[in-house]
Parts: sequence; structure tokens; C-alpha cells
Amino acid sequence: MSDELIQRVIKAIATTKRIPIESVTIDSTFLELGIDSMDAVEVLFALEGEFDINIPDDEVRSVRGIRQMCEGVERLVLAKSGAAKGSE
Amino acid sequence: MRRVAITGLGAICALGRNVEEFARALAEGRPGFGPIESADRSQLRFQHGAEVKGYSHTPYFEDRVADFIDRFAQFAVIAAREAVADSGVEWTLELRESAAIITGSCVGGQSTEDIGFQDIYKLGRNRVHPLTIPKTMANAGASHISMEFGIVGPSFTLSTACSSAAHAIGQAFWMVRSGAADLAITGGSEAPFSVGILKAWEAMRVVSPDTCRPFSKDRHGMILGEGAAMLVIEPLDAARARGARIHAEIVGLGMSADAGHITQPSAAGATRAMRAALRDAGLAPEAIGYINAHGTGTSANDPTETAAIRAAFGAHADRLAVSSTKSMHGHALGASAALECVATALALRDGLLPPTANYREPDPECDLDVVPNEARAVEVEYALSNSFAFGGLNAVLALRRG
Repeated sequence: MSDELIQRVIKAIATTKRIPIESVTIDSTFLELGIDSMDAVEVLFALEGEFDINIPDDEVRSVRGIRQMCEGVERLVLAKSGAAKGSE
Repeated sequence: MRRVAITGLGAICALGRNVEEFARALAEGRPGFGPIESADRSQLRFQHGAEVKGYSHTPYFEDRVADFIDRFAQFAVIAAREAVADSGVEWTLELRESAAIITGSCVGGQSTEDIGFQDIYKLGRNRVHPLTIPKTMANAGASHISMEFGIVGPSFTLSTACSSAAHAIGQAFWMVRSGAADLAITGGSEAPFSVGILKAWEAMRVVSPDTCRPFSKDRHGMILGEGAAMLVIEPLDAARARGARIHAEIVGLGMSADAGHITQPSAAGATRAMRAALRDAGLAPEAIGYINAHGTGTSANDPTETAAIRAAFGAHADRLAVSSTKSMHGHALGASAALECVATALALRDGLLPPTANYREPDPECDLDVVPNEARAVEVEYALSNSFAFGGLNAVLALRRG
């Protein structure tokens, strides 16, 4: 996972939740950050906009923390760029 | 205080165009879900809805009349016509003046609004249709019912999201009970199938990709629905005096606010509403034999509602039946509680509890007797109908066999 992707995910979460960016790390859990289910839905919305991806509901049901979130975003970004290459 | 009888029932939803069809589908445990037809679903992640399939105003309204009435208000009038005909009430000048109309709706005529906004924002037009406002307003259902029957008494509309119709029916019940009205037409209606609203629901991530499985461990959310249900209620003595058929009695209303979170439900708030309904009805918890649950099939609602029922009923929670008919008619938002009140009245009247359809797997967090998949023949004396809205505004109706 690139640092850049991790930083973009962390920034999107901090901005959405309106918390200092320093308070979010790759190892933070939603519970620690006080992210409830409605916050999580807003975070997904922000990440979809930030990375221009579509995050399906079943991809996110088990996500509980930032690292998992970054991994999921990376997978979807790679899938998108792969699809774009494939269609060229 | 007067006892209050339900003498007329009307319903239109995914399960049928009248109460007979609605009752048959509930008895058979048959969901009314299918691919969404009344809005373009190409942009949607979820594909299924509980629509009034193939609906056209044609058999119900002349074209020029329909021009003035959004789909949600058409449903309200259609259900009110059936309920009034069913009640056999004869309108006198006096009754028209003392009758009330109280309806619930969550989003009103938003598909009309959606068309107007598309004209402005998308199509670059500089005007919208002049009937956009009167078709969009949430009270249009109550207004058209008043005009349909010439009712000139107190009439209004309540909007409390998914509890709208329960609050509406509850107010009508209190007005008839207290003598503030001598009859009421009350219920709710909704028609939320436009792309804008469906996208907003999609963004909440509470709509199931396939079907609605309340209380089942593998549930993945709600299925949105549409339609209307209306009741005619009147004093029990008056109903008996004119020889009316009494489907059931309404005996209690309980309301509460969670004062917690705008979407996350609270078990304490739901418990308070159920206790308030029992108190208003003068009932011990042990009197209740059936609860028509709010039962949305979301990850949050069902365990919270289970905990609330356990808190309100204690050991009796294991002796009462609980089912969610949203598993069949979908979540019709402001119409839901009205459809569920009709389902509850039918359950008491016919001695047949509607099942929770699409149920597959027990969930330890939802460990109530949820009447899985098959209707159950059992005579019940008293029942509750639960509604717990987004925004934490709760309303519970208590009904008695007629």
C-alpha cells in the first residue's frame, strides 16, 4: 500500500469526522475514533468521491478500522485501473 | 372516554390493490418484491422494490383529476374510498362537520418535485409545472380525501418519517376517544420511487440487494415500498348502534423520543413507547399476544427492537409472537405503520398471525418467536403495532380483537 493512498484515506476520514488528522493512524479502529454506523456511511461516501470508486455494501460489512479500509480502497482502485487498461 | 372501533379498512400496496388481496398475501407469506419499474434503476446499486405493480391512475381517477394528484395522494384516496365503503358509514351534514382526517406521509409528492427539479437543473428550462407545489405538499392526501367525501372537520397531516402513520392514527384515535371527533379517516400514504430519493436511500446503505429478511441472521437491510392504508374509526357504541362490522378496536397509543442519535435506534426509547401504549390502554404486558414489529431487516433495528421488547415484557417476551410484515409489503415509510395497523387488525379479526417472510437463520440477538415464513392460526385478544422512526420518534398502537 502506498503512503499516499493511506494519507488520502486518513485525510478523508479526519475531514468527514471533523477530527485532527494527527488523531488518525493506520492502526486506528472506528471504535477508537468514535465512528458510528452513520459516520461510517459518510466516510464511504467521502472515499468514493476522493478515489472515484464505487464501494459496494458487501465489501464494507466487516471493515472495523483504517488499515482494512485502506486495503479495500487499494483493491478497488487497482480493479478500476485494471479495467480501464483492459478497455483501452 | 369512548371506546374506539375500526369499522373500515382500505389498502393498496405491493401485495394488492385492496384489503382482500393484501390479507391473502399476508396469509400466504408471499412478498411483493420485484425489480423496480417506476423509476430508472440503471444508476442504482439495489434493484428491488415493493411497488404497486403496473399502477395507472386510469381505473381510479379521470385524467384531468389525476393531473392534480401525485401518486402518493392517489394511493391515499384509493385506500380511503375502500375504507369508507367498507365501513358502510352514511354521511350526514353533521357527521361531515364532526369527522376528522389525519394522514401520515414522510416524503409527500417528491416524484413530482423531482420532475420539476430536473426541468430546472438538468434540462435547463426556466420554469416548472404550476401544479408542482399542490402535488408535492405532504398534506395533499388529507386534502383530496376531504374533497372526495365533503368532510369539513379537523384535517391535517403528520410527518415523522417511518412512524408518520402511527402518529396519525394515534392522534385520530385520541380525538375520537375524547369526543373531539365523531369519526376519523386516518392512515398514511407514500410513493418514494424516484431516482433522486432512491439514490439517497442507497447512500444510507440500509437497502438490501435482494430481499428483506427481518430478524434473520443473514438480513441485509430493508426493501423500500409504496402504497397507502386507511382506517375508518368511530365510537364503538355508534358503530354497534348502526350495526357496523367491527374489525378491531384501537385501545392505546404510546409515544416517545429517543433523544439520542438521528439514525441509530435506541432500545430505551422503543421500550418507553411500548410501555406508554400499554399504560394508555390500561393493559398489563401479559395481555399482549402479538406484536407487529417495526422489523425493518436492518442490522441496527432488529436487535435493538428485540432488546426493547425484552425490556418492556420481561419473561412474557418469550410467550408472545412477533412478526415483521415489512418482509412482504416492504418499508413504505410514511405508509408503513398504516399498512401494519391494518395487518394487525386483520390478525386479530381473522385469528391468523402474519409471518416474517424470507426468514432463514436464527440470530441470537433477535431471539424472539418471529413466526417464521408461515402464518399461524391463533386467537389473540390484544396486539401492538410498533413504529420507530429515523430521528428517534416512536409510536406504538395497541389494538383489541373486535
